[in-house]
Amino acid sequence: MTGKQPFEQLVSEHGPAVLRVCRAVLEPIDADDAWSETFLSALQAYPQLPADANVEAWLVTIAHRKAIDIIRRTSRAAVPVADVPAAAAVATSDSPDGRDLDLPRSLARLPERQRFAVTYHYLGGLPYAEVAAIIGGTADAVRRAAADGIANLRKAQGTVR
Amino acid sequence: MSMTTQDPDQPLADLLGPPPPDEVMAALHASLTAKAEAAGLLDIAYRTLDTPVGTLLLAATQAGLVRVAYEREGIDTALERLASKLSPRILNAPQRLDGAARQLEEYFAGHRQRFDLPLDLALASGFRRSVLSYLPAIGYGHTASYQSVAAAVNNPRAVRAVGTACATNPLPLVIPCHRVIRADGQMGAYLGGPEIKHQLLDMEASA
Repeated sequence: MTGKQPFEQLVSEHGPAVLRVCRAVLEPIDADDAWSETFLSALQAYPQLPADANVEAWLVTIAHRKAIDIIRRTSRAAVPVADVPAAAAVATSDSPDGRDLDLPRSLARLPERQRFAVTYHYLGGLPYAEVAAIIGGTADAVRRAAADGIANLRKAQGTVR
Repeated sequence: MSMTTQDPDQPLADLLGPPPPDEVMAALHASLTAKAEAAGLLDIAYRTLDTPVGTLLLAATQAGLVRVAYEREGIDTALERLASKLSPRILNAPQRLDGAARQLEEYFAGHRQRFDLPLDLALASGFRRSVLSYLPAIGYGHTASYQSVAAAVNNPRAVRAVGTACATNPLPLVIPCHRVIRADGQMGAYLGGPEIKHQLLDMEASA
């Protein structure tokens, strides 16, 4: 028990990264719900978390599970098929509440595996092996998916310029 | 922008966009604390309060006010101790401290002589706890010596232990350890610093 940080510190240190993760894989409204559900679940489980655990990886793993739950129970955010741009994701460019999105449309358009790999590795800060533990496959496969995702993002960015 | 943007291990800030703005995080934080409170998961709520004696930390369990800490004691240190001694389920959640904050503001404005708040003495035990339970009997504007407090709690030889109980009071101001002074009339030590003890006793004497 000794040495465990007050939970508030987890929220301030990792809250922004977890929100970017949620927004990368969900529509904005659902992303905010996923963020709250993630931290509420984490708050409940926090006293039992081993003191030497990787807190960010733990939070991103919870966020991934919440995101999958939300994707499954909402039809409008149906899981996109690989290599087909998700229609729902394209629609997020103008959010109904007028809030600017933090992520460019191009990330939301990536195939799901690439989007998860880029999101959890680059936004969530997880090593490839940890990302593989969350989304399945090998660390090498995740590394390739992330590299492909980045290449696609660069391509998309290039077409905008 | 860097010219080596083809390196996939660059931070990629240009591709992934800026971090969420502070006001977005603040709104999410507020909804999280409300949900945590409703779910009974908020073991310790806290806030800070600016007062004439500096910034104070106020923290409450579901049972009551559990900690008041001076800046000099270290607000982060106080929170870390609460995490290890009581529970790490701690959030900055001001609502639970509304009553305590209001009564302290009234006290510093000279409009309150006695605190009427649920208190949680979980951080004090044994003799220290019995000393702390006695201290509110020393009224506003009055003082008592360490000896007389020891006698009042039926342990007249435990003068040093009374001093320790005051020095480790988890609820200074609300439990008025500043009203306990040395038998020779000198102030003695204070966990907020001797100058603050002086300031509080002056304020109470002139009210």
